[in-house]
Amino acid sequence: MAKSDVKVLGSWPSQYVMRARIALNIKSVSYEFLEEKLWESKSELLLKSNPVHKKIPVLIHGDKPICESLIIVQYIDEVWSSGPSILPSDPHERATARFWAAYLDEKWFPSIRSIGMAQGEDARKTAIAQVEEGLVLLEEAFGNCSKGKPFFGGDQIGYLDIAFGCFLAWLRVTEKISGIKLLSEANTPALLNWADRFCSDAAVKDVMPDTEKLAEFGKMVIAKMRGAAPPK
Amino acid sequence: MADELVLLDFWPSPFGMRVRIALAEKGIKHEYREEDLRNKSALLLQMNPVHKKIPVLIHNGKPVCESLIQVQYIDEVWHDQAPLLPSDPYQRAIARFWADFVDKKIYDHGTKIWRTKGEEQEAGKKEFIECLKLLEGELGDKPYFGGENFGFLDVVLVPFYSWFHAYEKCGNFSIEAECPKLIAWAKRCLQKESVSKSLPDQEKVYGFVLQLKKVFGIE
Repeated sequence: MAKSDVKVLGSWPSQYVMRARIALNIKSVSYEFLEEKLWESKSELLLKSNPVHKKIPVLIHGDKPICESLIIVQYIDEVWSSGPSILPSDPHERATARFWAAYLDEKWFPSIRSIGMAQGEDARKTAIAQVEEGLVLLEEAFGNCSKGKPFFGGDQIGYLDIAFGCFLAWLRVTEKISGIKLLSEANTPALLNWADRFCSDAAVKDVMPDTEKLAEFGKMVIAKMRGAAPPK
Repeated sequence: MADELVLLDFWPSPFGMRVRIALAEKGIKHEYREEDLRNKSALLLQMNPVHKKIPVLIHNGKPVCESLIQVQYIDEVWHDQAPLLPSDPYQRAIARFWADFVDKKIYDHGTKIWRTKGEEQEAGKKEFIECLKLLEGELGDKPYFGGENFGFLDVVLVPFYSWFHAYEKCGNFSIEAECPKLIAWAKRCLQKESVSKSLPDQEKVYGFVLQLKKVFGIE
C-alpha cells in the first residue's frame, strides 16, 4: 500500500494521537504524519475530516476519515487483521480492556490534568489523591489482565497497554513538575515495571515524546489556560 | 451448559434500555433485576465497584459494565443472531463514532433541559436540538442508522426517545417540529417488539422526572 494512502493528522504532544501511531506501528503500516499546529488555526483538512469535533487525531485511510483515538485503534486492528492482534480475542477480556480504557479517558486522565491546574495546596492534594486511587485500581487491573505476562495484552502490547501507556509522558511531566512520584515501587510496582517495558517497545519509543520537551510544552499550555483563552 | 445472565437495571435508565433492546433483539433469556439507586444492592456494588452504576450485565458470574461495552459484548458473544454492528470496519467506526457522540452530548444536554431554568435551560435546548439535527443528517434517507436493518446506533439512541416527552414538557418546546425525521425514525423503531418492550411509557418517565425535580428543588 502506498505510504500516502494512510495519513494521521496529529500533533507530537498528544497522547491520543500516539495511540493511533502505536497501533499502526504494531501492524507495520507506513503512514504520513501531518502535524497540526496546536494553538494556531486548524488546517482545512482537519476541519473537513472531523467537522463534528474538529479534533486530532484523525486517521485518513484512502479518502475515509476515522475519528476518536480508541475508535481509530479498533479500526486499525480490524482492517489490518493479518498483523498482531490489538484487541483480546475473548469477548469478556475485550469488554474488560474497553472498560478500563473508558475509565482512563473519562475519570483518570482528567484527574491528572487537575493536578496541573490546581490552585492552592488543598486542591493539589485532592487531585493527587484521586490520581493515586485510580493507580491502585489500575495496578490491580494489570494483575488481572496480564496474568503474569509483561503487558495488559499478554506477551505483546494490546489495546489497554496503548490506551494507558500513551498517558505515561504526561504522567512523567506531572511527576517532574510537582515533585511527586505517582508510579512507585512501594505503591505500584507492577505498573512501574510495565511502564518501562511499554516505553522501550519498538512500536512506542519513536512516538513517545521526550519528557523535558513535553514539560516545556505543558508549562506553555498552563500559562495560556490561566491567562488569555487560546485562539479558536 | 446453560448460560446464566442477570441484568441489574433501573427502569427509566436509557443506558439500561440499550441492553434490554440488545438482549431482546437476540432473543437471549436473562433475569432482570430492578435496582433501587438510593439503596444499591450488595451485588451491584460487588459487580461494579469502580462506578457503582447500572446497568450491569452478569454473564455466568462475570460482570460487564458500561452500556456501549455491554451491547458490543452481547453482539460478539451472540454473533449468529441479529447482528448489531456492521461487518465492514469503516462502517463500524462510523457507528462507534456516533454512539460516542450520543454519549458525550445527548444525555448531558437533555439533563440541562429538565434540571435547569432560564438561560442555562435555553442553552441546553439549543445544543440538544443541534445534536439531534447532526444525527438526523447521519440518518439521511435510511430507514435505520444501521441501513436497511436496525443496528448498533439505533440501539444506542432510541432509548432517549422515551425521555423526549419529559424534555418537551420541561423545556416547553416541540422536538418533532425541529427534527421530524428523527421522530419518524423513533416511531419506526418502536414498531419492533424488542424496542417497544424495552422502553417505558413516556408519561411514566415524565412522572419520574417531576419527582426528581421535587427532590432537587427545581420548579
